[in-house]
Amino acid sequence: MIKLNNLHKSYPIGKKDFLHVLKGIDLHIKEGEFVSIMGSSGSGKSTLLNIVGLLDHHDEGDYFLNDKKIEKLNESKAAGLRNKFLGFVFQSFNLISYKTALENVALPLYYSGVSRKERQIIALEYLDKVGLKDWAKHLPNELSGGQKQRVAIARALVTKPKVVLADEPTGALDSTTTDSVMELLKDINKEGMTVFVITHEEEVAAQTKRIVRLKDGRIISDELTGN
Amino acid sequence: MFDLDRWGEIFQAISKNKLRTVLTGFTVAFAILLFTLLFGIGNGLQNTFKSQFKDGAENAVYIMPGRTTKAYKGNQIDKRIQLKNGDYKAILHKYEDKIEYISSRVYKGVRAIYKSEVGNYTVRAVNPNHQFIEKSIIIKGRFLNQFDLNKKAKVLAIGRLVEKDLFGKHSALNKFITLNGINYKVIGVFKDVGGDWEERVINMPISTAQGIFGNNDHLDQIVLTYNPAMDINQSLSFTNNLLKFLKKKHQISPKDQSGIRVKNVAKDKKDVNNFMNVLNFIILFIGFGTLIAGIIGISNIMIFVVKERTKELGIRKALGAKPKAIIGMILQESILITALAGYVGLMLGMAILNWFGPALKSFFIKDPSVSRGVVIGATIILIIAGAIAGYVPAKRAARVKPIEALNAN
Repeated sequence: MIKLNNLHKSYPIGKKDFLHVLKGIDLHIKEGEFVSIMGSSGSGKSTLLNIVGLLDHHDEGDYFLNDKKIEKLNESKAAGLRNKFLGFVFQSFNLISYKTALENVALPLYYSGVSRKERQIIALEYLDKVGLKDWAKHLPNELSGGQKQRVAIARALVTKPKVVLADEPTGALDSTTTDSVMELLKDINKEGMTVFVITHEEEVAAQTKRIVRLKDGRIISDELTGN
Repeated sequence: MFDLDRWGEIFQAISKNKLRTVLTGFTVAFAILLFTLLFGIGNGLQNTFKSQFKDGAENAVYIMPGRTTKAYKGNQIDKRIQLKNGDYKAILHKYEDKIEYISSRVYKGVRAIYKSEVGNYTVRAVNPNHQFIEKSIIIKGRFLNQFDLNKKAKVLAIGRLVEKDLFGKHSALNKFITLNGINYKVIGVFKDVGGDWEERVINMPISTAQGIFGNNDHLDQIVLTYNPAMDINQSLSFTNNLLKFLKKKHQISPKDQSGIRVKNVAKDKKDVNNFMNVLNFIILFIGFGTLIAGIIGISNIMIFVVKERTKELGIRKALGAKPKAIIGMILQESILITALAGYVGLMLGMAILNWFGPALKSFFIKDPSVSRGVVIGATIILIIAGAIAGYVPAKRAARVKPIEALNAN
């Protein structure tokens, strides 16, 4: 599903210097996997997620998403691919504050050209799936942190993507809600979805099926948890 | 363009951020309000000038004698110049091909009596062609004719208001009015767009008036219309020649401005038109200036709005919004706000003109209003203005990188 060969990425600092963030990543994630990327801050895990999520470009190496080589993407094409193949879950939820839970979930469908009526039906179905059907008409600021993240997960799933990318999905949550969100991600994975989680919390990583550890832009370990 | 869902998105963004929207629209609403008021007042001024030229023919020329201000050829200063029938004939003879209609005028204040009704009016004794020079419109009977003049007939063509004053609802036609003790027969009633004064005039054959009021051949004025085949410059050179001719004939210094005057209405009208054009230009200039200020204001606020919504735009992009969708959204929002605000300003301006218009009459502003053409033009300009205002912010929004946007707080 996701295949990375010798991936490099550096950022310019000032006029001359570069910060080499990813120094040759080789990673292969198959369909249906539940992978966590672990590493301290500065290890390059967020950069990796941004590249995998087509939010940023890589400098060197190859990236295959769903067997398609990613290169020379313009903004428009990247947006189309993100909409079709990827679902995002962010640490800070990133719900649009003036839209209701239902409208937030329905938004990706708007950009993939689904009709209004259908959007409502599908979005409600996914809200139901994360247990928030009764909260459909509520604005994000009327929801708890855990509820917000579940809305975000519903939004990530609503276009039936190939991969769900979660960037510190529990970073802003307490331990109880962390557990419920992780349960939800596990359920999604059980249904066959590829889930790609970035975290620095051992407890979170331990609930996934495979842990990839990153340090200074390199993979230092890659092991199955036996879950 | 007509994507119901996108309109939905925009209406939601606007209605959820009312204060921002109002602030954004305010500058444009104000600009259009100012523009409408200025334009309406300009139109009002124009209407006033236009109505002042409605009276009489557009190619009329008035010859008015006065008193000299310079001694010349043995004549003392302050000599009173008197026009006579000879002048009328001389002008007609010399300039026959340049004149369309010509008439003498003698004025006399009279006390008119019909049965128990009494009123004071002005008699204007004229030649038959005066009807066409003054644009008197006969509504009953006929105007004076050459036969009346030859016979020095005691007949009158009276203004509509004279008939109304003296005869009430009855017709004045063929009735007799007493003017200063002498009976005259009413042979016609006329109306005139020149206003009430013109409709309170009593016309009488010039020969009759000369015989009764002075028993002489004196004239108070000569009026004529120049040949309409001449353009304005030709008519001006004609009236200049005419003035020189009359000054020479009456032994008035060529430098004397007041011995005799020849007033060419077309020239006055041209002067006023030039003045109106300058005024219109100034109004348009100020109007467009304020509009541009409004556009820049909207553009500025939209840039701020894009900055404020960076995160939201980033989220939309992460969820699959293409740059085109983002540009369209910002542009459409800008156009909508500009058009709506502009319309509020326009309607407000028109309402104000409607309410206060009548009260402005004493300031030479008559019927200040804005035409439908201007409203349609303003709509188009507003849509273009909105697009211009939204262009830079929209481009900026499209350039927002999703990661940077998502990291932004």
